[in-house]
Amino acid sequence: MKTDKTELAVAALKDGTVIDHIPSSVVFKAVEILGLTHTEHAVTIGCNLASKRLGSKGIIKVADTFFDNDVLNRIALIAPDAVVNVIRDYEVVEKYPVTLPDTIVGIVKCDNPKCVTNNEPMRTRFDVVSRNPVVIRCHYCNHSVDGNDAKIL
Amino acid sequence: MNSNSFVSIADISKDEILDLLSRAEYFEAHTNSKLLDGKVVATLFFEPSTRTRLSFETAVNRLGGRIIGFSDPGTSSSSKGESLKDTIKMVSNYADLIVMRHHLEGAARYATEVTDIPIVNAGDGANQHPSQTMLDLYSIYKTQGKLTDLTITLVGDLKYGRTVHSLLQAMKYFNPHFVFVSSPELAMPAEYKEFCRVEGIDFVETTDFSPEVINASDIIYMTRVQRERFTDPLEYERVKDLYTLHDCMLADSKDNLRVLHPLPRVGEIDPDVDDNPKAYYFEQAHNGMFARQAIITRALGINPLK
Repeated sequence: MKTDKTELAVAALKDGTVIDHIPSSVVFKAVEILGLTHTEHAVTIGCNLASKRLGSKGIIKVADTFFDNDVLNRIALIAPDAVVNVIRDYEVVEKYPVTLPDTIVGIVKCDNPKCVTNNEPMRTRFDVVSRNPVVIRCHYCNHSVDGNDAKIL
Repeated sequence: MNSNSFVSIADISKDEILDLLSRAEYFEAHTNSKLLDGKVVATLFFEPSTRTRLSFETAVNRLGGRIIGFSDPGTSSSSKGESLKDTIKMVSNYADLIVMRHHLEGAARYATEVTDIPIVNAGDGANQHPSQTMLDLYSIYKTQGKLTDLTITLVGDLKYGRTVHSLLQAMKYFNPHFVFVSSPELAMPAEYKEFCRVEGIDFVETTDFSPEVINASDIIYMTRVQRERFTDPLEYERVKDLYTLHDCMLADSKDNLRVLHPLPRVGEIDPDVDDNPKAYYFEQAHNGMFARQAIITRALGINPLK
C-alpha cells in the first residue's frame, strides 16, 4: 500500500504521548519545556502541518513516555489550544486539553530588568491573573505580562 | 518563610491594617516602650536611604532593641558579588528581624523565601514601600478620626509614584472617593484604575487642580513631579507649575482638610503652605516612627496592646 506524507507525519505510535495543536512557531520551545531535548525515546516533531483550526500547526509525538499533568500544563502558556493524546497499544486511551496552572515556575523570564529574578541566581515565578486573554504577573516585582509576549527561558 | 513578614501592603488584611494602626496609636502615647529587650534587628540598606533608615532605627532604639547592619552596600559583601540569598541567610544567623531596602524589585519577597526570620520591606526599587503606606494611613486616620468615606485627592506624578499606588490599594477596605489630578503624561496607570473598578472604588480623573477639587477634599496627597520623567523640558516647566499648591488655594477648603506629602518635596508645595494648620507633611513623617514601631512589633509577634 502506498503511504502518503500526511500519514507519515502522524505515523502510529504503540505507546506514548501525542501533543497536537501546538502553534508551529512554538513547537521547538514546547520540546524544550517538556524536557525532550535529552530523551532517549523516539520523538517525532511535526511543524507547519496543515490545520483547520490553527492554519498551521505543530505536533510532538513521544514514544513510551507519559507525562505528569504538571509537566504538560507548562506548555499551556505558549500553546493554550494544545491537546494531549495518551496512546496505549495503538489506541487513544485519553485525550484532553492542556490547562494553564495558577502559578508558572521557572519557565517565563520577567521582562522588568530591575526585577530580582533577573539579577539573582533564582527561579522565576508568575501568578496567572487572567486566563482569557492570558495575563501573568511576576510574583516578585508585580510586573504584568501578556501571555503572548511572555519570554520563555 | 515567616508569616509575620511585611513585604507589601496588598498582603495584609483589613483587620491587620487596623491592628497596626492601634499599635501606632499606642506607640505615639508610649514612645519609649522596652518591648524589644534582648532582640537584635538587622537593617540592611543595599541602597542608601537615610530618611527611612533613621526612622526604622529610631523605632528599634525606642523599643529597646539592638541594631546591626549596613547603610551603604559598598561596605557589605554584596559589593564582593555575594548573592542576596547568601547575605540574608548569613544575617539570619544573628538577627531576630531583618529590615531591608534594596534597589531590585521583588528583593524583599525573595528574601522571605530564603529565611525563617521575618523580613520587613523598607522599599524595593519602584515596587513596594509598605511602611510608607502605613504611615500615610495612620496620618489620615489620626487627622480625620476615621479611614472610611473620605475624599482623597492625589496630585502630581500618579504614574510612577509608588506611594499613591500603595495607598490606593490599602484604602480599598474603607470606601474612599479618589480624585486623580495629573497631567496626561503622569496619569494613574490603567492597571490601578482597573483595580478601582474591580474593587468598587469610586474615582474621577482630571487634569485641573481646581478650587472645586480642593474644596471637596478631606485629604490632598501631593507628590513630586520629577524632571527626568519628561522628554520635553518645556512640558515639565508647564506641568510643574500647574500642580503646585499655594497657601491661597486653601482659603475655602474644608476645616478637616490636611495636606500630605511623602517627602522630600521639591517645588510642588510652596513654603507658604508650611504655616497653614492644614499642612501636615512634617507630622506625617514623624508618624512614620510610630507606624514602624507597630510594624516591627507585629513582625516579631510582640503585642503591646495585650
